[in-house]
This record gives sequence, structure tokens and C-alpha cells, in this order.
Amino acid sequence: MKHLSEYRDAETARRLAAEIRRSATRPWAIMEVCGGQTHSIIRNGIDQLLPPEVELIHGPGCPVCVTPLEVIDRALAIAARPGLIFCSFGDMLRVPGSRENLLAVKGRGGDIRVVYSPLDALKLAREHPDREVVFLAIGFETTAPANAMAVKLARDQGLANFSMLVSQMLVPPAIEAILRSPGCRVNAFLAAGHVCSVMGTWQYPALAERFGVPIVVTGFEPLDLLAGILAAVTQLESGRHELENAYPRVVTERGNEPAQAVIAEVFAPADRVWRGIGPIPVSGWRLAESYREFDAELRFGVGDLTAVESSLCRSGEVLRGSLKPDECPAFGRECTPRTPLGATMVSGEGACAAYYNYGKARSPGGEGSESR
Amino acid sequence: MCLAVPGQVESIHAERGTRMGRVNFGGVVKEVCLAYVPEIAVGDYTIVHVGFAISRIDEASALATLQTFEELGLLDEGLAELSGDEPAAAP
Repeated sequence: MKHLSEYRDAETARRLAAEIRRSATRPWAIMEVCGGQTHSIIRNGIDQLLPPEVELIHGPGCPVCVTPLEVIDRALAIAARPGLIFCSFGDMLRVPGSRENLLAVKGRGGDIRVVYSPLDALKLAREHPDREVVFLAIGFETTAPANAMAVKLARDQGLANFSMLVSQMLVPPAIEAILRSPGCRVNAFLAAGHVCSVMGTWQYPALAERFGVPIVVTGFEPLDLLAGILAAVTQLESGRHELENAYPRVVTERGNEPAQAVIAEVFAPADRVWRGIGPIPVSGWRLAESYREFDAELRFGVGDLTAVESSLCRSGEVLRGSLKPDECPAFGRECTPRTPLGATMVSGEGACAAYYNYGKARSPGGEGSESR
Repeated sequence: MCLAVPGQVESIHAERGTRMGRVNFGGVVKEVCLAYVPEIAVGDYTIVHVGFAISRIDEASALATLQTFEELGLLDEGLAELSGDEPAAAP
């Protein structure tokens, strides 16, 4: 398929890998922020094409993984209400809350619907005017345009039975938190291409300058990833630290301005707690004051609900890049995609799930893998 | 949620005043909101997240990127010829 197969050519991948090998003379640690990129890297064996000097550290950019436990517990409390329709993206259903997950609530008769888009939830609200319809609005800057538009349309269409539990997260504050964390050993970042397609790249030159790290906007296909890594290594070897756009067919400096305008109307900046990482100031969005009537936290009085994280799961270390998934003692034993201890083993974008699902191809003697 | 494949816009229509379209993802056709890509036309390729087109794929930039990859390969072979070595082998 056009704009896909061209970026999966094995021969060109080998050439790019050879160029990376020729360029890297010292050890460099490069973090890919986005979980979608982590999956592409592991599935395509990109990390195994790289020379020993270049290490990839997997970042916290898995929206399901970093959604705080409180939000999961609030979702569970709302979803269990009789008569209510609770809508969520599919990979949230298995994410463990304090005591159970959404799948368990569904098993007890809760009306939980997996939707592909928030517009599907809006449609349900139109079809069931006598029932409350709640959408769990999680994600990074990539889901924000859709989620913001759904709330805007709900107001325009007078859908008073629609509301949202919002937990929107932002990538640049997370990059800054990682760079400020003690013992940070990330030398360069691959910035998430699709986040940048929405927000543009204008936020990154200042970060690159202040912290002295190259930031390369990178796509998701094998050649895109290798080109991003090559650009990062080339900058590092020459002592430069700039913003570079290695995904120009999709990303522009200004991003998607119509989407940014709707986000600015519907959402307001908020402090957020990141599961496994902790609080990061102004690292997310909540509904703006003018849209508070659509806030499910307020409508169902679950805003005060707090939660305590289990100590068994080490996903926090994985999300911070200080532990590789297969270095965790529970990996593939107590913790599998069917019986996950933490969100990183659940999500289609979680690093632990990537290692587990593609593990067989990586190490023939390793634990079994599960097809998805 | 952040992983998205390109799709080609097959048709454009309005639904309750919102710009919508049918987008073909390698044979699977989905209804997609086009409100955020006012410049997009039938035949264009787009990146879609959770039912919303977020960007139009720029054909000229795509060609330029592919050209860079090609030149990298040619440079490889040129250097190899100069030094008398085979092109660097990958694992």
C-alpha cells in the first residue's frame, strides 16, 4: 500500500543500519518516547539491527500505561452504575484498577461498550436519550482533537446525557521531567511523529537547547525509525543538539491549527499524575470551565476517589526507561497479557506487551509468546 | 492510539454540518471525520487517529525522503567501490 510499503524495504533498512554503524563511535542512549514506536521497533527487530554503541530506551508514551490508577478506579465506579452506558477504547478494559478492571464490571452485567472513536459514543448518546453515556477520554495529543470535538459536538447537538472522564496527557512536559530526573542517561530523543502532527514542532527547539539533547521527530515505519536514529546519532557525533524533522511528509512546524483551536476551546491545562512516574506539573488537559457540565467526574461525584498503587509491579521503572521489560522478575511468569500486573503488559502500546508478544521471534529459547 | 496507518480519501460528505469522508485503509473502508483537514481532497492520503483525520500526507516531502534513502544507498556503493570493499553487510 502506498505510503506504507516504501518504508518497509529490507534492503534500504540494511543500508540505513550500516550508515548508523559507520556513524556511531561512542555509546549513545536514545529514547523513543512513543509506545507505538516501541512496538514497531521490537516487532521489526530494529534494535537488533543497531550497533552495540546505540541503545534504545523505551519511553513513557503509552497512554493506557500512564493513565493514573485513580482514573481507572473512577471509571470503574461510574461504569458499575445501573442503566449507564460506559464507552472506552478496547485496550483499557484489561487495565488493572485497585481491585478489578472494566472487564470484571462488564462480566457482572455492566453495559461497557468498546468504541473505535469518541464519535461512536456520541452516536450511542443520540440513540439512547434516556440513558447516561460516558466516554473514557484518555490519550496524548493524538486523541485530544477527537475527544475535544466530541464534547463540542455534544454541546452543539444538545446531548445532555453525554459526559467524559478526561485524562489527557502531554508529551513535552514528560520529556522535560525525564531530562530533569536524577541519573537520566538519555542522550537524544525520537519525538513522537503523530503527536507532532497535531501540535507541531515549535515546542521542541527550546527543550533541545536548554538540555543539550538532539530531538528528532520520527515516524513509525522501519525506515522512518532507522532514519530518525541515524539523524540522532549524526547530531550526537558532531556535538549538535537541535530539533530535526525526519517525518516531514506528515509533520509541519505549526501542526494542525484547526485541531489546536478546538483543543484550546474545550480543554484547559492541568497538573497530572502519571502512573508509574508520579506527578508532573501542567502535563495534561482537563475540560475547560465552559465545558464542565460534560465532566463525568463532577456529574457522578467521583472526583475525590483516590487510590494506592500495588508494589508488585515494576512498570514505573519500565516507563522511566530504567528497567527493560524482560529484566523484571515477574515478566512472562506472574505477569502476561492475560494476567497483567500492570498496564505496560496490557496495552497495544506498552513496552512489556511488545517484548512478550514479539518475544518468540527475538529469543528462540525464551518464554512463549501470544498472538494478538 | 498513536499508531496510525495512512488511508486514501475516497469520498467526502457532510453529516449534521460536520465534514466527514470515507477513507480506504488497504481495502478496509472507514467513516472518518475530516473537520481538521479542510484542505484535503478525494485521492489524498491522510493519517487518522480514533476516527479523525489529523494530517494530509505531503507527496513532495514523501518523495524527497525516499530520494534521500536512495542517495544513501548509492553513496554506500560508491564508497565501497572506491575502497575496493563490498558494501557493509547487515546482520
